[in-house]
Amino acid sequence: MTAPASTLTVDLAARFPGIVSADSRPGHGGFLVAPEKLIEVATAIRDEFGYDLLSSVTGVDQIADGKMEVVYHAYKTTGGPALVFKTQAPRENPIVPSLVGVWMGAELQEREAWDLLGIKFENHPDLRRILMWEGFEGHPLRKDWHEPFFEEEAKPFKSRWPGGKHFFSEAKNPFHDNIQFPAGFDPEKYTFEDPEEALYTSLKKYQIADTDGIPTDHILVNMGPQHPSTHGVFRAAVMLDGETVVSLKPVMGYLHRNHEKIGERNTFLQNMPYTDRLDYFNSMSNNFGYALAVEKLMGIPVAERADYIRVIMAELSRIQNHLIWAGMMLNDLGAMYTPALYAFEERELILDIFEMTAGSRMMCNYFRFGGVARDMSEDALRRTRDLVFDRLPAKVDEIDRLLTDNEVLVSRLKGMGYLSAEDAIRASMTGPMLRASGVPYDIRRADPYSVYDRFDFDVVSRPEGDMYARYIVRIEEMRQSLRILEQALKQIPEGPIMSGKPQYQVKVQAGEAYGRIESPKGELGYYVVSNGKPNPYRYHVRAPSFINLTALEMMCVGEKIADFVAILGAIDIVLGELDR
Amino acid sequence: MYGKGLLKGLGVTFVRFFNTYWDDLVWSWKRVTTGEKRYRSAEGIAHRSSKDARGIFTVQYPEEKLPVPEEFRYVPFLVYDEGADGSKEIRCTSCGICPKVCPPQCIWIVRSADPATGRPRPQPAEFYIDADLCMNCGFCAEYCPFDAIKMDHDYELASYHRNLFGLEQLMKPASYYAGIRPLNAAREDEARRAKEAAKAAKSEAHAA
Repeated sequence: MTAPASTLTVDLAARFPGIVSADSRPGHGGFLVAPEKLIEVATAIRDEFGYDLLSSVTGVDQIADGKMEVVYHAYKTTGGPALVFKTQAPRENPIVPSLVGVWMGAELQEREAWDLLGIKFENHPDLRRILMWEGFEGHPLRKDWHEPFFEEEAKPFKSRWPGGKHFFSEAKNPFHDNIQFPAGFDPEKYTFEDPEEALYTSLKKYQIADTDGIPTDHILVNMGPQHPSTHGVFRAAVMLDGETVVSLKPVMGYLHRNHEKIGERNTFLQNMPYTDRLDYFNSMSNNFGYALAVEKLMGIPVAERADYIRVIMAELSRIQNHLIWAGMMLNDLGAMYTPALYAFEERELILDIFEMTAGSRMMCNYFRFGGVARDMSEDALRRTRDLVFDRLPAKVDEIDRLLTDNEVLVSRLKGMGYLSAEDAIRASMTGPMLRASGVPYDIRRADPYSVYDRFDFDVVSRPEGDMYARYIVRIEEMRQSLRILEQALKQIPEGPIMSGKPQYQVKVQAGEAYGRIESPKGELGYYVVSNGKPNPYRYHVRAPSFINLTALEMMCVGEKIADFVAILGAIDIVLGELDR
Repeated sequence: MYGKGLLKGLGVTFVRFFNTYWDDLVWSWKRVTTGEKRYRSAEGIAHRSSKDARGIFTVQYPEEKLPVPEEFRYVPFLVYDEGADGSKEIRCTSCGICPKVCPPQCIWIVRSADPATGRPRPQPAEFYIDADLCMNCGFCAEYCPFDAIKMDHDYELASYHRNLFGLEQLMKPASYYAGIRPLNAAREDEARRAKEAAKAAKSEAHAA
């Protein structure tokens, strides 16, 4: 249930006696690895056992034991369950060897763990803060760190009930703002070194030889944070040789709100509407992953009709996400708004169904543990059938006709932003990005969840590894989603939509669970640790938009700066999820 | 042939361009024959958000408004039953479930006490919803056991001040609720009546 027995099919403890032991805490699974041998064990996991895809890296503050724990989830790209391994370091000075050399995909995630939990990763190539700003005091996900408007460790707050006297939070803060300074800090006397210096220095890859007596140098360009191509507030510091990209670093966190800290204050159910705000194009998918994780922890089944409704909602999300992606991608390429608005029409019709069923177009908050919030009405089902059988196939074909053979599009996308299959796996790419590099890895097939094993569909993949392949993969995926929807709409059974009684305070026994789904952008995972209390002890989101940026530099180096816009667009990022 | 793909794509935009005018023509004929209008009319909006929609798709807010579906949810309100003498009988019993389930913690309830005896009374003395914090998730309405707090349909809340709603602004009659959510209201009334009937039957059996 909480510790899937299948993760123990690999007997790591027997392979490394004395170094690796099975994690025997109640509800936990996987292996505990001694930190000094971590690299050796990780290399064996990758090379001997074949777990080539490192999905998630995150830390847990085990404050009661005085330990910082790092949790790794590795998967095989050929499918199957996870291999979970963990390592622990003393909490005061947690030092863990970096796994960037084994799996490059650990790079951004280790930076995040350093930023939010203060875990030092030895030999990490670029261990800077990533979501918080340089100079931020403390590591916010540590259990003893409190935010400026701190009231209580966990919701519900007593000031709301039985207290009840309304106050504005900012009135409690002397600065009347969401700010707190460390003790003894005087902002007037503060001097600092340029916090960006480390970033800019790391971009200088080589010196241009001064051959003709003409002094030449690289140019540093900051694309963003306010730039129309970055889909929000995202920045890329790019070093250019003429127009060619020499090196590049993504800078993020402008939309950071520490979703995970909020999640640890919330009760399990209260997190559900917050997940809507991650990838705000696909709130249904976000709900899905979180519901799966908590259901695993609670060990409850899902009502069958609800499972079908979930699949219908998730696939509708996928279609509208890919449509919008095609539109926005073309915006990035300069085809301002014609394809985007064609895509928006279909999206509006899909959102109408969400609104009828869930009550909101984008912030759906529709899934509950064990089912969904309310049944799909006959009217909503009829509209879905109308769309799926009568309208959307023709509209996907229309987008296809409009764009696929367009010579300008082909010349901009073909052969650009190349990413080989090996690099894609190494960098933990998932979703359409990975499949466009020739790895047919789709969680719906590789590690089926919900009722996906009942449907007949193809995993779309293309061997080219360029942006055109990413485009084709997404167009084809819409067709496959329509196939799934047609089957789901035909098979959907009558019955209850909740396996248990609806309750606002769910009982979750102690343990850990990792729930993951194939979201339209890649693998969306939720790592939830419970200690039996009404609030999650640790709540981590493995965001595909975030981790897919690991390969951004790899794809951009050697291309022109103008193509950076397209390459970034082809990854399909959403800042709400990226910055969390 | 180079440029064939471009022409194919332009064909799509041309068909769209043509459809815009063709659909307008079709509707102007309809207007003559059946009196149905494409713009600024309920049937026109319904057409533009149906599966057969083509041509101009946009809705000219605020002259035109999309009808919201019954399940649409916006900032919550408190339901009161109208007594025979016009008194407002608030359904809320200040049980505290909604402030406990509220994810952004935007609900404040002060419980009231009987001034004579000092015993707590079920009705809330004060009830605040900080609508600026509210994330419209609908949990309060979903988990209220008394059908006392419900999600509204009125989404036009823009104002120059902060939207802190007290009892005054929050109280709305049950008839208003039945107006915006007829199916839900009917279902809940039915369930409440059944429950009361069962309770009455039980107490009768008990008395006998």
